[in-house]
Amino acid sequence: MRYLPHTDGDVAAMLQAVGLRDLDELFTSVPSDCRVTGELRLPPAMTEWELDAHMDRLAGSMAVAPEWSLFLGAGSYDHFIPAVVSSLAARSEFVTSYTPYQPELLQGTLQGLYEYQTLVARLVGMEVATASHYDGAAALAEALLMAVRITKRKRVALSRAVHPRYREVVRTYFAPTGYDVVEIPYVPATGLTDLSRPEEWGEAAAVVVQSPNFFGCIEDLRQAGERAHAGGALLVAAFTEALAYGLLKSPGSLGADIAAGEGQSLGIPRSFGGPALGIMTSRRQYMRGLPGRLVGRTTDRAGKRGFVLTLATREQHIRREKATSNICSNNSLSALTAAIYLASLGGTGFRRLAGLNRDKAEYLKKALGEAGCTFPFSAPTFNEFVVTAPGGFDAPFQRLVDRKILAGLALGPSYPELAGHNLLCVTETASRQAMDALVTEVRS
Amino acid sequence: MSEQPGGTGLVLNEPLLWERGKTGRCGFSLPAQDVPESPLPAELAGEGPDFPDLSETEVVRHYTRLSTWNYGVDSGFYPLGSCTMKYNPKTNERQAGLRGFTAAHPLLPAALSQGALRLMYELERDLAEITGLAAVTLQPAAGAQGELAGMLILHAWQQSRQSVRTKILIPDTAHGTNPASAALCGYAPVAVPSDERGIIPAGVVDSLMDEATAGIMITNPNTLGLFEENIREIARIVHGRGGLVYCDGANMNAVLGVVKPGEIGVDILHLNLHKTFSTPHGGGGPGSGPVAVRRELERFLPVPRVVEEGGAYRLREDCPDSIGRLLAFQGHFGILVRAYAYIRSLGPDGLARVSRLAVLNANYLKERLRGTLPLAFDRPCMHECVFSDRNLQGTGIVTLDIAKRLMDYGYHPPTIYFPLVVPGAIMVEPTETETKEDLDRFVEAIQAIVREARENPDLLKEAPHRCKVTRLDETAAARNPCLIG
Repeated sequence: MRYLPHTDGDVAAMLQAVGLRDLDELFTSVPSDCRVTGELRLPPAMTEWELDAHMDRLAGSMAVAPEWSLFLGAGSYDHFIPAVVSSLAARSEFVTSYTPYQPELLQGTLQGLYEYQTLVARLVGMEVATASHYDGAAALAEALLMAVRITKRKRVALSRAVHPRYREVVRTYFAPTGYDVVEIPYVPATGLTDLSRPEEWGEAAAVVVQSPNFFGCIEDLRQAGERAHAGGALLVAAFTEALAYGLLKSPGSLGADIAAGEGQSLGIPRSFGGPALGIMTSRRQYMRGLPGRLVGRTTDRAGKRGFVLTLATREQHIRREKATSNICSNNSLSALTAAIYLASLGGTGFRRLAGLNRDKAEYLKKALGEAGCTFPFSAPTFNEFVVTAPGGFDAPFQRLVDRKILAGLALGPSYPELAGHNLLCVTETASRQAMDALVTEVRS
Repeated sequence: MSEQPGGTGLVLNEPLLWERGKTGRCGFSLPAQDVPESPLPAELAGEGPDFPDLSETEVVRHYTRLSTWNYGVDSGFYPLGSCTMKYNPKTNERQAGLRGFTAAHPLLPAALSQGALRLMYELERDLAEITGLAAVTLQPAAGAQGELAGMLILHAWQQSRQSVRTKILIPDTAHGTNPASAALCGYAPVAVPSDERGIIPAGVVDSLMDEATAGIMITNPNTLGLFEENIREIARIVHGRGGLVYCDGANMNAVLGVVKPGEIGVDILHLNLHKTFSTPHGGGGPGSGPVAVRRELERFLPVPRVVEEGGAYRLREDCPDSIGRLLAFQGHFGILVRAYAYIRSLGPDGLARVSRLAVLNANYLKERLRGTLPLAFDRPCMHECVFSDRNLQGTGIVTLDIAKRLMDYGYHPPTIYFPLVVPGAIMVEPTETETKEDLDRFVEAIQAIVREARENPDLLKEAPHRCKVTRLDETAAARNPCLIG
C-alpha cells in the first residue's frame, strides 16, 4: 500500500529492536477477550484509478450546474469561486498543518486567521471575531449560550423568521440546559419580525433577529436592538448570507451585541452542506465570553511582529468543564478561504458583487410578477424572496424540474401557513437567459 | 549523524493584507451587468465593508508567502501525540473536489443527490463495521461536537428512563473536551484517577459509580498510549448501575481491525475522521466527528438520518426521539468524501495493517529513545508514548525548550504538557506513514538536543533560531489582546 512505507526488512528490524517476534505481539496489552476475531467485513481495496472511476460515477449523479439551473439558497448559496481562491487555499502548507499550538512554526495560518478576524469584524461592524466556528447554526447556538452566561438570564427570544434549521440547532443545544426558547412571530404582510410586543419575550438573555431573514427580507435591526436593550436583553444578529453586508448597514452599526452566522458565501463550495464557516463576532466587552479560538498579535524576542492563539484560559484544554465552549477543531481552513476570497474581491468588488445579486433578484421578481406570480411580503429583499403562483407554486416547480431548473425551496413543510409558496434565490451566477427560461415555464 | 531536515533558507517578509493594495483594484472577474440596477432604499443601504483592494497577483504573493511560514505533514514529520498527524492522501482531495460534490446544494431533492447519499450510507456502514456498533451519524462537525452528540444521546436515554443523573465519570487522562462536553449537558465531571500502570482500575470505578452518575467517558487507548485493560469490567459495573459507557475514539488509529469497541462494552463512540481516517487538519479544522451507537440508542441519533429503501437513498427527518439537529445541514460532507476514499483505497487488510504499523512505529521510537528521555510508563505502548523532562532537572531546560529546539532540526514538536498526569510530558505519536529512516533521524535529533541541553543550554532557551519568528510573547498577547488590525 502506497501510504505504508515499511518493507518486510524494516518490519523485521523494528520488531527485533523492540524484542518481539511478530506484529500481533504488539497487542499483548489488549486482553484476549477484547481482541477481534476474523477480518473486517469491508469492500476490497481499490486502485487509484478504480477509485477515480467509482467516485466519478457517484459525483456524476448529482444535480449541479451547468446541466441544472438552481434558484435555491436557504442558507447555502451559489457564488462563483475564482481559481485563485481554490488554488491558494489548497496549498498543502495550510491544508496539512495542525492547530497552531506551536506558533513559531505556523505563522502563515496565524497571520491568515488574524486577517480573517479583522475582515469579518469589518464586514459585520463588530469589534472582535473568533477564528471560526463550525457553521452558522452552531455559531448561533453557542452565541446564545454566551448571552445566557453574560446576562445570567435563562431564556432567549428567537424570531420565527430565523432559518428554521438554525432554530432547531438552538433547541438541540438548549435541550439539556433547561433554558427556555420563545418564538417571536413575523408580520404576515411584511415578512418582518413583529417587534411590537416585547412584553411577550419575558426576561430574555437575547433577542435573535436574522437579517436578511429566512424569507430574504431585510429586518429593522436598529428597532430590534432598542427593544431588546430596553428589556435588558442582548441583540444577537444572525445571518445566512454574508454577502448582503456589501449593501446593507452592518449589524454592529445598528446595535447588535453579538453577530453570528454563516460565511459559506465567501468563497466556500456548498459541498452538499459542509464544511461551511461559522462566523462569531461580538463587542469587545464580551471578548472573554466568546467560545472558540482567538488569534492575537504579539512580538517575538527580537521585537518582530508575530501571532499566537490567545485568551486560552477561556478554552477547554485549560478550563475543562468551566470553559466557555467544548469546541476544539473548528473550521480554520474555511476561515482562511473566506479571507482569500475577500482579499480577491476587495471592498470595491464586494460591494459591486452584492449589488449585482440584488439587481438580478429584483429582475426575476419583476418578471415573475408580470407572469402573474405574487409575493406575500412587502419588505425589501436582498437576493432571496418568497413567491407563489395562481394555484400555488408546486405545479410550476414540478414542470421546472423536468426542464432541469430547480425553482427554490417549498416553504410548506417549515411554515404551514406558507404552503404553496417557494423561497427563490438569485445570485450573480444566474444568467438572464436562465431567469427568462424559468419565467417562461411559470407563465405557461 | 545523518543530515537533519532543518536548515536555513530565504524567508520572505510579507505585510498585513491591508498594508498592501490600492483602492480601485480588484482580483475578481465580475460578471457583466445584464440586468437593470435596482438600488436598495436609502435607509437600508450601508457604506460597504472597508476591505483592501488588491490585484490577483498581490493576493497570490501574499498567501503564497504566508504558506511558506507554515509547517504541514507534507513538510515533514509531525509527531503530535493524540492528533494522529498521518499523511493526507492526494487522491482524497481529488475526490472531494469533484464538481458533482462541491457544487451540490445541501437541500437537493433525494432523487437528484443519490451519489452523495449513497456515499454517506456506505461510510456509515463501514464505520459501524470498524467500531462494532450498530448505527452511525456522520453529522458532528468535529470530535468535540461528536462528544456533545454522545452526551446528548446519553442524556436523552437517561431521560427516557425517567432517570435524573447529575454526574459523569471522566478519567484524569482525558482530553479537555470531555469535561467541557459533559458540562454542556449539565453533568458534573468526577475525576477517575489512573493507577501506577497508567490505566483505570475497575475498583475505582466500582467505588465512584452510583445512581446519580450517568455513565463514564473513557478514552481507549488512553492519552498515555495505553490500552484500558479493565474496560470490560468497567463497562459491567457502569451498566449494572444504570449508566452508559461513552468512548472517546480519538485514538482509534491504534486498534483498527484489532478491537471493536462495540464488542467490549462501549455504548457510544466518536471517531475523528481527521485523525484515524487521514483527512487533513487544515490548521485547526474542518474536521468531522461521526458517532456510533449500539442498536438501542439508534433512535436518539441526530436528524437527518440517511436511509436506504430498495436501492434508493434519502434523508429521513421524522425521528421523534432524536436529539435533534447539530448543524444546519448534514455534516462536513467534503470531509466524509475524503474518509470514504481512504477506506476504499486501503480496504480491510490495509486498515488492519495501518494500526499494526502505527503501533510498531510508536514502540520502536519508545525503545530507541528510552535511554535519552525518561518514559512516563515503561510498558508496551499502543500508537503513542509519553516521555518527560525529568532527567534534565538541574540544567534549567524544560520540555518547552526541547520542543522549540526541535523546530530548528526541522520537526514539528510532539504534544507537550499533556496528559496532565505526567509533569513535563512529551507525547510522541509517529503514525504509520513514517519510514524507519525518518524515525531514526528524529531519534538522533532528540539525542543531539539532550546533549545540547547539558553542554549549551542557551541554544535551547533561545530556540527556535530558524523559524520566521523567534519565541513569541504569549503572556503579552493575553494581557493586552489585539485581535483585529
